[in-house]
Amino acid sequence: MRRVAVVVFPGTNCEVETLHAAEEAGSDAYYVWHGEADLRQADVVILPGGFSYGDYLRSGAIARFSPVMGAVVAHAAAGGPVLGLCNGFQILCEAGLLPGGLLRNAGQHFVSRPVQLRVEATDTPFTNRFTRGETIQLPVAHGDGRYVADAQTLTELEGTCRVVMRYVGHNPNGSTDDIAGITNAGRNVVGIMPHPERRTASLDGAEGARVFQSMEARDATHPARAVRVLGDHLRV
Amino acid sequence: MTAFQVEVRVMPRAALLDPQGQAVQHALAALGFEVSRVRVGKHLVLDVEAASGAEATARARAMCDRLLANPVTEDFDVVVRSA
Repeated sequence: MRRVAVVVFPGTNCEVETLHAAEEAGSDAYYVWHGEADLRQADVVILPGGFSYGDYLRSGAIARFSPVMGAVVAHAAAGGPVLGLCNGFQILCEAGLLPGGLLRNAGQHFVSRPVQLRVEATDTPFTNRFTRGETIQLPVAHGDGRYVADAQTLTELEGTCRVVMRYVGHNPNGSTDDIAGITNAGRNVVGIMPHPERRTASLDGAEGARVFQSMEARDATHPARAVRVLGDHLRV
Repeated sequence: MTAFQVEVRVMPRAALLDPQGQAVQHALAALGFEVSRVRVGKHLVLDVEAASGAEATARARAMCDRLLANPVTEDFDVVVRSA
């Protein structure tokens, strides 16, 4: 059972579903308020969705300076798994834990709808319960989801298989190369725009639950190199 | 220490799509104002105390680097004047 810290900022609004999804997957999940500097021996940290600090200035720009973020950065630097969902992804980009940034949707509108996604990287602590190339459906709900990065960063992301999920068929926000989620070089920090916590017990599918089940997989917190050596056939 | 007023202009990178600017451009066109391009940015006005204009400028640029602008997606410029 992993200890999962669900960080709550002023304006976060997906923490209840996120905590529930982690508990359903078997984790010992608890909230950590943004003003706390201690993650209480967390194995995994999740930054849930919402509108931290009202999205003032830029989405995630003010949240990244919260006291808790020092502990999140230290956890990530030590190889600890960190997952950013929607606003959490925006915060991770602003904090420099993930490259690039997320801008206003190309169509200007807030988009709230299910989307089709292809899982492109399964050697992360949050996607190891998926099959590479598998198409899944998850909801998105965001106004600032258009991923952008400079050409060099994009080349590096593609060359090192760091795009974790990509929109298939319909790109809801004009994101570069249909990117819906990425991971860092250490493959322990993952940010995605969709909301897996909102699709864990749907009548027509529960792909989102596998994101949280991935955290509980036996090798989920091992360094990426060790995971690759183990090979896919040994995955839980 | 002297009082300075710092004006910071933050603009989306020229190479990046600015959907807000496009929407404003279309709205202007609907009103009969033909404009070839619109970009929407932010304008911040800060009242600061500093020993000199140079120091006020340096501090304002540091604020932009750390918080006020995102170097990945935005450019900024700073104008400092005595308050």
